[in-house]
Amino acid sequence: MDLTWSESEEAFREEARSWLEDNVPRPALPSGDTREGFAAHLEWERRLHEARWSVVSWPEEYGGRGASLWEWLIFEEEYYRAGAPQRVTQNGIFLLAPTLFEFGTQAQQDHYLPRMAAAVDLWCQGWSEPNAGSDLAAVRSRAVRDDRAGGWVLSGQKTWTTRGAFCNYLFGLFRSDPESERHKGLTYFLVPLDSDGVTVRGFGRLDGDEGFAEVFLDEVFVPDDDGTPETMLRGGVLGEVHGGWGVAMATTSSERGLTLRSPGRFQATAQRLVELARERSRDGALTDLMADAVVDAWIDAEAYAQYTLADVTGIVEGRSPGARSSYNKLFWSELDVRLHEVALDLLGPDAELAGPWMTGYQFALSGPIYAGTNEIQRNIVAERVLGLPRR
Amino acid sequence: MRFALSDDQLELCSAVRRLLEDTCTPDAVRAAWADAALAGGGPGGGDGTVPAAWGALAEMGVFGVCVPEAHGGLGMTDEDLVPLLLEVGRAALPEPVSSTAGVAANLLARWAPPALADKWLPRVAAGEVRVGVGFPPEGGGAPTVAQAAACDALLLFDRGEVHLVEPTAVELEPLRAVDGSQHLARVRWAPTPETLVAGGEQGAAATGEAFDRAALGAAAMLVGLSRRMLDMAAQYATERQQFGVPIGSFQAVKHQLADASLAVEFAEPLVLRAANSVAHRDPSASVHVSMAKAKAADAANGAARTSLQVHGAIGYTVEYDLHLYMKRAWSLAARFGDAAFHRRRVRAAVLEV
Repeated sequence: MDLTWSESEEAFREEARSWLEDNVPRPALPSGDTREGFAAHLEWERRLHEARWSVVSWPEEYGGRGASLWEWLIFEEEYYRAGAPQRVTQNGIFLLAPTLFEFGTQAQQDHYLPRMAAAVDLWCQGWSEPNAGSDLAAVRSRAVRDDRAGGWVLSGQKTWTTRGAFCNYLFGLFRSDPESERHKGLTYFLVPLDSDGVTVRGFGRLDGDEGFAEVFLDEVFVPDDDGTPETMLRGGVLGEVHGGWGVAMATTSSERGLTLRSPGRFQATAQRLVELARERSRDGALTDLMADAVVDAWIDAEAYAQYTLADVTGIVEGRSPGARSSYNKLFWSELDVRLHEVALDLLGPDAELAGPWMTGYQFALSGPIYAGTNEIQRNIVAERVLGLPRR
Repeated sequence: MRFALSDDQLELCSAVRRLLEDTCTPDAVRAAWADAALAGGGPGGGDGTVPAAWGALAEMGVFGVCVPEAHGGLGMTDEDLVPLLLEVGRAALPEPVSSTAGVAANLLARWAPPALADKWLPRVAAGEVRVGVGFPPEGGGAPTVAQAAACDALLLFDRGEVHLVEPTAVELEPLRAVDGSQHLARVRWAPTPETLVAGGEQGAAATGEAFDRAALGAAAMLVGLSRRMLDMAAQYATERQQFGVPIGSFQAVKHQLADASLAVEFAEPLVLRAANSVAHRDPSASVHVSMAKAKAADAANGAARTSLQVHGAIGYTVEYDLHLYMKRAWSLAARFGDAAFHRRRVRAAVLEV
């Protein structure tokens, strides 16, 4: 074990920290899950991109810095410590991009990745459907082959599409083989939301923001990829036709595991919780029971950070996280809820007031639901780690 | 940055695990109990030792891991030893491995006067002596020591002084405890100039380090015990059929086990990080140890509770092996500071209130 950072990593941290100090907007931007907030966040994304902080771990030719995973971790830590804005581009850069790197053609990578890094193309996820949630393999939206026109015709309904109303592209799963069932015969499509036949309806999440959308597709044409930018603007297939499940699962492990959930996010929340507890203590209102809960949650944020260091070590050395990503998702999502619950307890009667902790709490409550519900994750842990029988 | 054990460390772990699988079977643990009826079998009359396991660990050099090479040891650190203690926990070896190879080896190497170090360290390294440790309870009084009667020396701590005392020079009052293999005794003793290992500022530092190592060793063993109990429960849930199917196919069973294993999964890195911090005398080492011990104790108590529930009535008997591990977990969760104690230490450092 070597739990120290190298000189160049420390220098990278210093550079990130000082840039963030100079550039993080004050006061904080309005929520990026509202229309005006989204626009403000886009400006922020473009500023990040200009300074090459938007996708630090990507190759330089796509707008990144070729940063190592360790540097990525450092950047994220500094990003959350600085209280910088939420990343409204995250579904693209953290979910679709790893899949593009793994399954995209060279032409697709060259076309989509720089536009994504620059927040020109804004991606949302089209997986869930009204009758396909945890049971994702039940998707019914279909893709019908049109040989004459040279492409696919997509129809169906996607839902719970985060920031769908503000994005201009969707990546999603469609049933391309009408005879197929379950995991087979699905294809992973990239679809511009301004295509003919697409209707997007935004609606309010638990916190009232218009952060959700349903996306209706009525005979939307997506052309075969001929490798030209003009065609790719109109979407295409990512990976093998009928091989979409495998492609999607690669994205899932990104979503459940490391890429979205930097420990910095929870350590920053834990630190704010500690400050709140100190404040309560100065008011003489911190009971031992509350202090114990604060400390326990703070320790868990530390445990998550250590676990992530072990995860990144494994990835750097070529070991696949496998079912560890389910442990990871269970832990951070429950931790995030608990950090906020404890804070609301500390606030006492003020907990009901609209404020960052109540807002954060409502957001945290989505964690155990999205990216594969925690019930699904527990099944994965039980079956794939503990070896319990499937039914 | 590299948060993982080295290949050599992993190899040593597997070797120790295999060795203990052979020499520290559930029957061997039972034989360490004094009372066969309470142990659920075995010959009875045990004294807490498992000589075959101790001898095999000695032969492998485990007791010399933290002893300097000049004294016949391997000159390695807590980072090498702590993963082995996890295996000691997994096997529920009742022997004072942690207090001898961890606490005593490090303390004597760093703080003992040369003559004392020369006398004891080679014997520690060779596994020729067992050393127990006893810290005065919060609020004062006589310390409680596991396997005190079987030990060749006791490291005792008194108001910032460290003493090495031979068991013949103290009065042992045997205590009944939930884990009959631990042979706890209250040790009544009086410090003398002859028994002094370290006093003054050095004594205080040595006491702090020793307590951290004792708590860290317990935390590592708790992680190993938790993994053992959950392995047993998962195995049982796979074999046991009710309603025509293995009970492990029910989500109510799966989810309990997943949650219990989640807590263990996240306690383990805290233990490894604390081992690294203690080895490098990181200024935050005590806080790191406390985080590890608090979470390992909670995880082990949870693993015990869940494993028992999954086993149902068969787990609620002394003839079945589970109780051997469960009782050790309760015992180590309470020893060298329970979870509440260690959270208070973290609180003082983090909240500063």
